[in-house]
Amino acid sequence: MSVKDIFETMEYGPAPESAAPALEWLVDMGDRFGCFIDGKFTDPGETFEAKDPATGNVLAHVTQATEADVDTAVAAARKAQAKWAKDGHKRARALYAIARLLQKHARLFAVLETLDNGKPIRESRDIDIPLAARHFYYHAGMAELMDEELPDAEPIGVCGQIVPWNFPLLMLAWKIAPALAMGNTVVLKPAEYTSLTALLFADICRQAGLPKGVVNIVTGDGAVGEMLVTSDVDKIAFTGSTAVGRRIREATAGSGKALTLELGGKSPYIVFEDADIDSAVEGLVDAIWFNQGEVCCAGSRLLVQEGIAPRFYDKLRARMDKLRLGNPLDKAIDVGAVVDPVQLQAITDMVDGSNGDIHRAPGPLPDTGCYYPPTLITGLSPADRLMQEEIFGPVLVSTTFRTPSEAVELANNTRYGLAASVWTENINLALDVAPKLAAGVVWINATNLFDAAAGFGGVRESGFGREGGWEGLMAYTRPKGAGKEITPIAPYSTDDGNPIPPLDRTAKLYIGGKQARPDGGYSRPVYTRGGKLLGHASLANRKDLRNAVEAMTAARSWSQTTGHLRAQILYYIAENLSAREDEFATRINHLTGGRSGDKEVAQAVRALFKWAAWADKHDHRAKPVPMRGTALAMNEPVGNIGILCDDARPLMGLIEPMAPAIAMGNRVTAVASSPYPLAATDFYQVLDTSDVPGGVVNILTGDHAELAPHLAAHAGLDAVWSFSATDLSQEIEHASAATLKRTWVNNGRSHDWPAATWLAQSTEVKTVWIPYGE
Amino acid sequence: MQTTDSHVKTDDAQLPQVQEPRNAGMDLDLSWVRAVQANTSAIERRAATLPGRRSVKKNHQAAWLCKAISLIDLTTLSGDDTEGRVRRLCAKARQPVRADILDALGMQDLTTGAVCVYHDMVETAVDALRGSGIPVAAVSTGFPAGLSPYKLRIAEIGESVAAGAEEIDIVITRRHVLQGNWQALYDEMREMRAACGEAHVKAILATGELGTLRNVARASLVCMMAGADFIKTSTGKESVNATLPVSLTMIRAIRDYEAHTGYKVGYKPAGGISKAKDALTYLALIKDELGDRWLQPDLFRFGASSLLGDIERQLEHHVTGAYSASWRHAAG
Repeated sequence: MSVKDIFETMEYGPAPESAAPALEWLVDMGDRFGCFIDGKFTDPGETFEAKDPATGNVLAHVTQATEADVDTAVAAARKAQAKWAKDGHKRARALYAIARLLQKHARLFAVLETLDNGKPIRESRDIDIPLAARHFYYHAGMAELMDEELPDAEPIGVCGQIVPWNFPLLMLAWKIAPALAMGNTVVLKPAEYTSLTALLFADICRQAGLPKGVVNIVTGDGAVGEMLVTSDVDKIAFTGSTAVGRRIREATAGSGKALTLELGGKSPYIVFEDADIDSAVEGLVDAIWFNQGEVCCAGSRLLVQEGIAPRFYDKLRARMDKLRLGNPLDKAIDVGAVVDPVQLQAITDMVDGSNGDIHRAPGPLPDTGCYYPPTLITGLSPADRLMQEEIFGPVLVSTTFRTPSEAVELANNTRYGLAASVWTENINLALDVAPKLAAGVVWINATNLFDAAAGFGGVRESGFGREGGWEGLMAYTRPKGAGKEITPIAPYSTDDGNPIPPLDRTAKLYIGGKQARPDGGYSRPVYTRGGKLLGHASLANRKDLRNAVEAMTAARSWSQTTGHLRAQILYYIAENLSAREDEFATRINHLTGGRSGDKEVAQAVRALFKWAAWADKHDHRAKPVPMRGTALAMNEPVGNIGILCDDARPLMGLIEPMAPAIAMGNRVTAVASSPYPLAATDFYQVLDTSDVPGGVVNILTGDHAELAPHLAAHAGLDAVWSFSATDLSQEIEHASAATLKRTWVNNGRSHDWPAATWLAQSTEVKTVWIPYGE
Repeated sequence: MQTTDSHVKTDDAQLPQVQEPRNAGMDLDLSWVRAVQANTSAIERRAATLPGRRSVKKNHQAAWLCKAISLIDLTTLSGDDTEGRVRRLCAKARQPVRADILDALGMQDLTTGAVCVYHDMVETAVDALRGSGIPVAAVSTGFPAGLSPYKLRIAEIGESVAAGAEEIDIVITRRHVLQGNWQALYDEMREMRAACGEAHVKAILATGELGTLRNVARASLVCMMAGADFIKTSTGKESVNATLPVSLTMIRAIRDYEAHTGYKVGYKPAGGISKAKDALTYLALIKDELGDRWLQPDLFRFGASSLLGDIERQLEHHVTGAYSASWRHAAG
């Protein structure tokens, strides 16, 4: 076309980035890759093809790792770990070297990523690769600071890491950088669609002089992932689909392996009528048409206030129609290729099944390659399948709302809880709505902002654990100390026929601030060591648990009370307990047959003081993210927590977990010590006289093993903690997979957890991005 | 590839085009003005990523740069302007690029969009451009501060039109914006538009002095409601002149105004655009946000004095493959 012609039409021409350097690298590497184990590439084994989804061209052949490969990699990582953990400064230097090398080879990484994944070169060049490098710089700093700033933490050990295909190198960085910084070694499996930048990264590790065995890369499909999950690793970190996350939760249940999951989402994108509408429309380009919508935190569920909806949709359709779709290596392309024909088919099927009003951007699709047009589906209601299920493609679904509270209700009407965007020019509205959203990340007047300093991760079925920031280090450290093995305690059962109380006493359950008879109508006698009857304890069943969870949910306003008020109430509990010190001490001595009841009561009073003190001091953080604005890391309560109490300590077993949990604004249902339940039941009266709102603390008595699976499976519970002397870790973790709730189990060992651990378990960090400027 | 659009005939492309109905304005709609929002950080993010999202190469780049030339209001607004200086500039407007380069590009008829001068230089410029089809634009109304007596400001427009200016670049009273006195701004703009008669009026908002993008958006809208044919960022004399965020804000206002009234209003960023690459980014911004129709001189202009020099060097590089030097191109 002549200059004169183009002068008239003013079309964009092709602006391709050259693929040559990346293709040359593949040739240099022989076009066939083994795994990267113990500092070197193994010989290629049985291979599969790595394809360019934009053309279908085969880029290289990648090895399907075997069980032996995985085991060798894990062994290499194991061997390297102790030495790697020794010197934080050395780790900092290594991570710094990796960051520098990522920058030095930035364009090569970007082109290779785009070839392998199909994402526009603009994104891999300007977003993925710079963020990956930033993650290594940031965590080089964390390695340097670990000894000084985290003196109670130690590395977890060998981490198995499984990353998805949507941000291959960036997700690798999010996994490897913090793990290495904290002194762990890793075996990482990239997604089989997108292994190449992980292999280039392995090459970089060699250049950086990383000790052999610290980073190992095993390639292959989900079968290799399963091998890694069941291998001798200490932790699994997974980013990917909720379905696979669930399987990993089940597979690792009871193994003692630490687990973090970053899973799917159906993130709401809320536009209020006073928003800058054009900016909100433009934000959707970055929310749902970024990376072809193959983004776990994509703003895929548009909620628009009714009054502006028609105008908003008009503007949005006009904007969609301007998006340029095509060759991902073209520098002026907005939407590239979907990663694989399988994914393309999945998207196509889901959209074709919708009865909404479907608008597909009209631009021409390339004749070959995996392309799907930007799509908007309006006129849906929350009941429609596409409003609930993740599509993982460039497809936006939408509905409208009337009021802020309805917006929150619709936004939270999902099993997921990864991210959310809120658009309004009203700071009161924005900062009111953000804390109410069930999401790990909230962007105000923005979307898809990421930084190494800001935590990222979800709630509900979007998983647990955070990546980035100080909170992200929790995923790769544990408190020092191995703890003590717990031995199960059988209740005393001898009956000498002499009851201690002059009148019959049968302790009921404590639900919603009231004593309640057990649904099943059963109770059991509780004796002293010498066989004297102390009274009867109710045996709670699943329906009592259901009632308790309902009471907790009804008491949700507790989470919005001030820290000051919660402190006051905890002090009041301490005061009232202290007033009845002797009575509780005697009770404890009767129950356990010991003589240290007074000490346990004193400990309980002290614990209540400690958590009263913390109630208004677990400060949120303002993260120094690289923009004009801030990212608030808000410590929000987890929600409803079910607790199986330590059996050995009748009172402290209750107070120790209850106090931090309610101090941080959670509601709890505690199942008291199974052999020694009656101190907890005596405690009802203390709660009654201490202004604790009904439903904030619920106490059940009964059999831990019977209640554990119901606790773990109940969708209304957000977390389950087990300190039970019966090791129920496997049952709880396995049953929790259905809802992917957070679990904290003891694996049969008792620990004296530091405050930081209690705080972390009692809170979810929500990152609220607040760009500003007028 | 089709070559359509009869509205572009390069021999008279620089005339204000007549195929679009001229913006007749509308009653001041204060509820609309006050509802206008502009989220600065979001607008800045869009602007910051735009250069990375769009790229034109090879023949396309050359064509786009020629397009940029055809959209330049070649400008001199200096206290030391003389007739000789203005004649030189007008000659450059007629022949903006060395003839051999234009021959190689097949763009022999290329001229700039207009020449922009102070009132005193209008007659000289009109004379120097006679027969070229290139219009003369005059800055007016007490440019650049716009604080001379109101009567004189209105009278100045009439003088310039009488002297042959086909386009009048007026400056608004910034005070009205800063005080939220939209009625006063509307009335002033209305009267200035009326004073222009058949000449087209460009409203200079002096965005660098309006404080916020929200004010920029609202002032843009009020000026369009009052009948501005173009809205223009700056005088070139403020400390901050045309920027991408300001441009995005203003062209979104233009888009809304068209959606509401059907009238297409032109846009002129002025000051601070001196690189060929920047010009390409602006054209991409206009193309993506407003559409191709706005890439014609009746709806888009660059207010620039040094931009042309950089484009000339880029075009020579395109033709020869070798980087150029400024002395190889005629002075303006």
